Amino acid sequence: MAAIIPSAQPFEEEDTTVYSKVTFWTRLRRHKLAVAGIVVLALIALCAILAPLLAPFDPNAIDNVHWQGTPLPPCFQDAVLCGGHPLGTDAVGRDLLSRLLFGARISLQIGIFTVLFEVIIGVIVGSLAGYYGGWVDWVMMRITDVFLSIPLLPLLLVLTAIVAASSNKAALSFWVIVLIIGALSWPTVARLVRASFLVLREREFAEAAKAVGNSDLRIIFRHLLPNAVAPIVVQATLDVANIIVLESTLSYLGFGIQPPTASWGNMLSDAQANLQIAWWAAVFPGLCILFTVLSINYIGDGLRDALDPNMK
Amino acid sequence: MFTYVVRRTLAAIPLLLLISIILFVILNNAPGGPLAPYLQNPHITPADIVRLKHNLGLDKPIWFRYFVWLGTMLHGDFGYSTSNSEPVLQAILERLPATLELMGVAFVVSLGIGLAAGIFSAVRPYSFADYFITTLAFFGQSMPVFWFALMLQLLFSVHGIPLPGGYEIVLPSAGISTTDTFNLGDRIEHLIMPVIVLSLLNLALYSRFMRSSLLEVTKTDYMRTAAAKGLSGAAILFKHGLKNALIPVVTIVAVSFPSVLGGAIVTETIFAWPGAGRMFYSALLQSDIALMMGYLLILAFAVVFANLLADVLYAWLDPRVKYD
Repeated sequence: MAAIIPSAQPFEEEDTTVYSKVTFWTRLRRHKLAVAGIVVLALIALCAILAPLLAPFDPNAIDNVHWQGTPLPPCFQDAVLCGGHPLGTDAVGRDLLSRLLFGARISLQIGIFTVLFEVIIGVIVGSLAGYYGGWVDWVMMRITDVFLSIPLLPLLLVLTAIVAASSNKAALSFWVIVLIIGALSWPTVARLVRASFLVLREREFAEAAKAVGNSDLRIIFRHLLPNAVAPIVVQATLDVANIIVLESTLSYLGFGIQPPTASWGNMLSDAQANLQIAWWAAVFPGLCILFTVLSINYIGDGLRDALDPNMK
Repeated sequence: MFTYVVRRTLAAIPLLLLISIILFVILNNAPGGPLAPYLQNPHITPADIVRLKHNLGLDKPIWFRYFVWLGTMLHGDFGYSTSNSEPVLQAILERLPATLELMGVAFVVSLGIGLAAGIFSAVRPYSFADYFITTLAFFGQSMPVFWFALMLQLLFSVHGIPLPGGYEIVLPSAGISTTDTFNLGDRIEHLIMPVIVLSLLNLALYSRFMRSSLLEVTKTDYMRTAAAKGLSGAAILFKHGLKNALIPVVTIVAVSFPSVLGGAIVTETIFAWPGAGRMFYSALLQSDIALMMGYLLILAFAVVFANLLADVLYAWLDPRVKYD
């Protein structure tokens, strides 16, 4: 911005940005639960990245030596029966810990890639609607109204069920899931960006940028968007958590990530049938989801406080 | 007021039409489309598919099919459910009472406890109790509904909670009743776990919202005036504070409605509750597209109606809102 509109006091402008960066970090650090969330999430991410090194077994391999048709218990419950599987095995004799580690990769990647996709669409729709206003705004907001009126989970289930039916579930790959969830969850971001743009486009720097002869696209992406980043970052963080839960629900119901690929959700899908004999298969994947989602939610909460204490 | 209600209702009609158009286009263009269930059937040849397409009118342009579909729907014909062997609307209506019963009880429970917890938090902000409730709310929002249900079943159905005196709490893990005839005690036993699960989501939301709403009101001038008049703390809180802080709750209830509808599908499926949500799930497994479409459309209509109701209620409760 400074390159286009020569500032009268360039140094003072420099100072304010440095100052706000400092307050951001001090504020974030003051939010102890957000800090705890960052630490826990970093650990989970590390586990996901190092899964091939950390996993004691092949996540898809069936232990034919020890498994006799019933899930093996964790080693802390029965050191002999567990057959060297620290957290036991699932119903078909696959190592639970290894599947949890590889499942972390799926959950985190689904969360991150889907949110990236969602934010790209949301920003494009929201900024065009907010910047141009008029009929562009009207049309785009009616479309977001529609998507906000259709309950997300049932709609996702119907779409994935149709895709699944046409291909015996073979088409429900990682990227198809990302695409479907992302394509349906952008309206919240779009609303948020639009609201910021409605305010920002009236500000003097926006008028100045236009007066100097910048193109609309340049004003939108170089001048207005950087000022609307804070709420987008908060929403995107919270959406990573929401989408991880959503994916696990889809996978649990059988319309998400397909076995044998391990995801925390599909690991739970046969847990209900074996609840009587294998509590571990139901408890551990859920705890992984809970702690991942909880840390991301706390980080989101901390970011909200740190970026703008007045934001709701 | 009357004209406001009429105007808002009329404004909802284009939205409903747009919803039906977008749903129709999405579902008809999804890979496989309406004939998806037949594509994997080895007894059906490509020639059969072409014939089916022609017989069902699927070779006509999409706008033409939309209007035909819209016409039959406006006559109350939502199509034929292949998984239930009866008309879609009839299948849904038969199972709706069970769903409404579950959702209604869960709504009362989550609203009651959620608002009470939020008020408690707001009266003693930043106290231990406040932090405790806020933390619980965060856990509630972060927990996948289906996993919470599994954990309850593990605790209360598989293991049972021992009580002093040799008693044990054991709850039924599935179904709506164990007896053939209606028995209130039995029904309540079956309701407990599904209701806890379905309430959890919004319990957290309502308590957090109530807390911030009441804290917001506490800062206003009229609250200070009430205190200056010498009113007791309880009178200020209930007569002046709560009355105003409760108004925005109407909005958050409407906003949370779509997630309840999604949560009901998961809850009914896990607890084998014989409602419309569970039927929807078996329709998904059996690729019963007519029922999926009909149910989705009814859900969307319910959401639009809930929002409309919330807007009208808000205007009625809050005289500051001008509705001209």
